[in-house]
Amino acid sequence: MGIEQKTGDMGAVTMRLEQAVNWARTNAMWPMLFGLACCAIEMMAAQASNYDMSRFGMELMRASPRQSDLMIVAGRVSRKMAPVLRRLYDQMPAPKWVIAMGDCASCGGVFNNYAILQGVDEVVPVDVYVAGCPPRPEALIHGILTLHEKVRSENLKTWA
Amino acid sequence: MEENLQPAAAALAERFSAQVREFRGDTTLTLASESIVAACRALRDEYGFDMLSDETAVDYWPQQEPRFHVVYQVRSIQNNLLLSLRVPVSGMNPSVPTIEGIYPNANWHERELWDMFGIRFEGHSDMRRILMPYDWEGHPLRKDFPLGYEEVAFTFNAEEIDQTKPYARE
Amino acid sequence: MTMQTENEVALDELRHLISERAITGETMLLNMGPQHPSTHGVLRLLLELDGEVVVNCIPDIGFLHTGIEKNMEAKTYEKAAVMTDRLDYLNTIGNNLAYCLAIEKLADLDVPPRAQAIRVLLTELQRISSHLVWLGTHALDLAAMSVFLYCFREREMLLDIHEMVSGQRMMTTYFRPGGLWRDVPVEFEDAVRHFLRIFPERIDEYESLLTKNPIFMERTRKIGVLSGEEALRWGLTGPPLRASGVAHDLRKARPYSGYEQYDFDVPIHTDGDTYARYVVRIEEMHQSLRIVQQALDTLPYGPVRSSNRKFVPPPRAELGTSMEAVIHHFKLWTEGFDLPKGAVYMPVESPRGELGVYLESDGGPKPYRVHWRTPSFVNLQALPLLAKGHLVADLVALIGTIDVVLGDVDR
Repeated sequence: MGIEQKTGDMGAVTMRLEQAVNWARTNAMWPMLFGLACCAIEMMAAQASNYDMSRFGMELMRASPRQSDLMIVAGRVSRKMAPVLRRLYDQMPAPKWVIAMGDCASCGGVFNNYAILQGVDEVVPVDVYVAGCPPRPEALIHGILTLHEKVRSENLKTWA
Repeated sequence: MEENLQPAAAALAERFSAQVREFRGDTTLTLASESIVAACRALRDEYGFDMLSDETAVDYWPQQEPRFHVVYQVRSIQNNLLLSLRVPVSGMNPSVPTIEGIYPNANWHERELWDMFGIRFEGHSDMRRILMPYDWEGHPLRKDFPLGYEEVAFTFNAEEIDQTKPYARE
Repeated sequence: MTMQTENEVALDELRHLISERAITGETMLLNMGPQHPSTHGVLRLLLELDGEVVVNCIPDIGFLHTGIEKNMEAKTYEKAAVMTDRLDYLNTIGNNLAYCLAIEKLADLDVPPRAQAIRVLLTELQRISSHLVWLGTHALDLAAMSVFLYCFREREMLLDIHEMVSGQRMMTTYFRPGGLWRDVPVEFEDAVRHFLRIFPERIDEYESLLTKNPIFMERTRKIGVLSGEEALRWGLTGPPLRASGVAHDLRKARPYSGYEQYDFDVPIHTDGDTYARYVVRIEEMHQSLRIVQQALDTLPYGPVRSSNRKFVPPPRAELGTSMEAVIHHFKLWTEGFDLPKGAVYMPVESPRGELGVYLESDGGPKPYRVHWRTPSFVNLQALPLLAKGHLVADLVALIGTIDVVLGDVDR
């Protein structure tokens, strides 16, 4: 079903601005090319042939934080990495979202010690937590779709 | 003991008054920290131990003296031998002469030992922290350094932890 | 702490590592990483550049320091095994193997032949999958996207095999002290045979894209040349050492887990450049296939865990009938087992080189000290040596050719 059938003779669509903007945001959400540890390998697998994240308009990983909308924190965050991570987050242009991928990024995982941050939410605000050590690519894709749902339900007030 | 290792181990033990120990097929020489450089030089030049495989340390705190042992694994590729050396180090002012001049790859190993155990290596070219942040205090792998365990949230204490845990804002 | 202060401290401390020309402003200091697409993780390099030529390269590691060695001291031997997977996350099974072998060496514990053969088989499959990730990302860094997609397609087949035997794709913790977690399922043999059948032609497919590709050759030939003596001096092991003409492979030199039964070659090359390391790794995949084939053909039947009840929990069926089994079960899963006092060093050949475990026990149920001699840590030290005098663009190829895994470097 193409857009032609929806527009009718007039060639125009009526919808709320919120809907239009959120639709645009979800369908080209560029993640930052930024892997930390084990989960980054599963993130690569999600990008590669078998799982193919480009089905969701996400095949384009941007290496620069200035060009990306979504930060996938894939792996454990050490105390040395935490300031760097926050800086990367600050460099991303708004609107921006964060997915904590895997147990280590969500809560520290098996590493409850001096070196590892117990959850990346201590440094950056997290939208979606994906469980698993490491999560399967399907789980990551599910996390991303959950984020899309969240973005679709945002309204004008929350943008400001 | 492996046959080929016998002459080297016996000769070194006599030359540097080291103790030889056998355990599960590994041969260990325990020597004083003053003779480690000379021993490594002899091993490399006279006995063909051409590679330093590993260098690490063990902390025996709260035993007072000597608190640390630095453990070297030297390997001979041509003769297929592996020998480990142990150097006891006092805990008061832990320092050992560097063997960077003999095996260049000791550089990072020794930096790691400084970072993790606070053992100084005299004559080392680049004695900085390697794994921890620059402004980190303490040496994590010492036995008197706490693990840094944070309480795990269960149903009964989740709310309490939630209130004290720092959460980042936009 | 802000990044600003951190950078200032760093520059002052690094003064002795850079040349005078950098102080006068003749050369430029450039920071690369920790977030950079081709540093394979969170490696940070401080580069001193003369135009586009690298004058000095100072690696800064530790951005993934996980405290695994300290954390393992707080857990029993069996529970600490889950940490080993997460060190070198491309060689998870190999890490388990090294750790289990160290415990078995310290405890003088026997491993049944079937368990040994399955260990070899899975470790070699893991070597292939690790080399596939290396090949894919190395080619991606040199702008060959299709190789990456091809490699990950085959890697999925190997991950399916892992999942079949252990229930997990990557962090299997399938090897346990004294044997395996449990026997492989019946479909295992067919899955491995299927892989063995199709994989040789897939390697040819990768080679058809790269081996004679003029762009690839141009970017790898004569880049990062390392002589055999230099490689030994810097303690390099694995493919970088073998590509410099030193035929050293721990599987041949000090066989463990029954490697002496299998017939395979140690591929070497004498050029010592990036292309040679590529050729060596491709050939290693062929050799691993040979080992897997032999291991599968001669796979013995029998138990997969040692019958020594002091270290290995009894099978569940025994719990209903034997009081002794219940006691052992209870003791092993609450306190864990004690190892005799002493220290061992157990080196194995990981896809990246010599992976050594230094394990010291004080006679209790927890390791007193575990140290991982990781190949990436030592091999990465040679990066400044390789990079000097090359272009920045070649640095990307050099990081790829060392095949660093930052989890392995920082532990």
